[in-house]
Amino acid sequence: MKAIKLIGLVIFVALTSAFTYNVYTEEKGYDIGDYATDFTLKNIDGQMVSLSDYTNAKGFLVIFTCNSCPYAVAYEDRIIALDKKYKSMGVPVIAINPNNPDLKPADSFDKMKLRAKEKGFTFPYVLDEGQKIYPQYGASKTPHVYLLEKTPKGNQVKYIGAIDDNYSDASAVDTKYVEDAVNAMLKGEEIKVTTTRAIGCSIKA
Amino acid sequence: MIRNILLVCSVLCLWGCASKEKKEQLEDPETTISQTTPTVPKSLNDIAIYNFDELEPLLHQDDGKVHVVNFWATWCGPCVKELPYFERIHADLQDQNVEVVLVSLDMPKKWESQLVPFIEKKGIASKVVILNDTKQNTWIPKVDKDWSGTIPATIIYKGEHRMFYEEPFTYDALRKEVTNFLKK
Repeated sequence: MKAIKLIGLVIFVALTSAFTYNVYTEEKGYDIGDYATDFTLKNIDGQMVSLSDYTNAKGFLVIFTCNSCPYAVAYEDRIIALDKKYKSMGVPVIAINPNNPDLKPADSFDKMKLRAKEKGFTFPYVLDEGQKIYPQYGASKTPHVYLLEKTPKGNQVKYIGAIDDNYSDASAVDTKYVEDAVNAMLKGEEIKVTTTRAIGCSIKA
Repeated sequence: MIRNILLVCSVLCLWGCASKEKKEQLEDPETTISQTTPTVPKSLNDIAIYNFDELEPLLHQDDGKVHVVNFWATWCGPCVKELPYFERIHADLQDQNVEVVLVSLDMPKKWESQLVPFIEKKGIASKVVILNDTKQNTWIPKVDKDWSGTIPATIIYKGEHRMFYEEPFTYDALRKEVTNFLKK
């Protein structure tokens, strides 16, 4: 009897391991309404950062970004502006570099420190060490924004996508997707545009 | 008994991995690069700059040819790596009704400083056009409803047959896809 149970277990493990690879690569990440995982990642100041550290936050702008992508660079000033505007309203920016520095040396931890200092980042800029967090979110590129709302059940995904609709010229933006989403969330209103797409640099993992 | 179980397990494991390995076991076609007259753009004036409405007809030409449309940029490492494969397709198959279009998504300020010198240096003979349209959330789904927006991304189509690939190609994989379209 015991032996049969054991055989069953072995076959089960074999089956699951046989398909794990495919499941992993087809990871689609979060949809709107899902609850996002917390993380503990190292910030450029050496401190570990988790969403749970922010006891008074109403939500978060989790932004996957990096040093090396021209689109990410084009949005740096706008990410700083988002943090300045919304941190005081309870929705701080948490920037995560999802790239593997071994594959993209320009996105090393030291280069992250340097870039944050040059630009005067006002928000944590953490490294997704081991590239464990971005696949769970389903981030595919930089920059890629996830707006989370803190609820009793967890941090719920409210918006996924681009910051606005003009990467090349901040003054020519027609629709500020992220600002519209945060404003609606803070007012308790329905977010009209919950997902947007944009060209970005694929994440190097 | 235990040996049998192990056998079953390893068969199952292999089965799970098979779909990936299939992609890597592609034919290695012997190809001879045909002699073509390169028409490499020498300045920005030689490159068409389109918004999406102007580009869109290039994605829907019903002329019996196989069209290979690759979205790329000079800053995109994997794109630059696979460009020679598209060039080889262009060189090898242009006389077999295969047309390659390389759609650059480089930003305007990089056109003169980066894109044109890159095309000249690499001697790119395929047709290069620039897509300059900031309303990405509008046009990305029009290229393909499933495109998240990462590059490289490629469309291969012939008439109503169409495939979209949001991934880099090896030469063999690209050649195989194009060959499949030629049979359609």
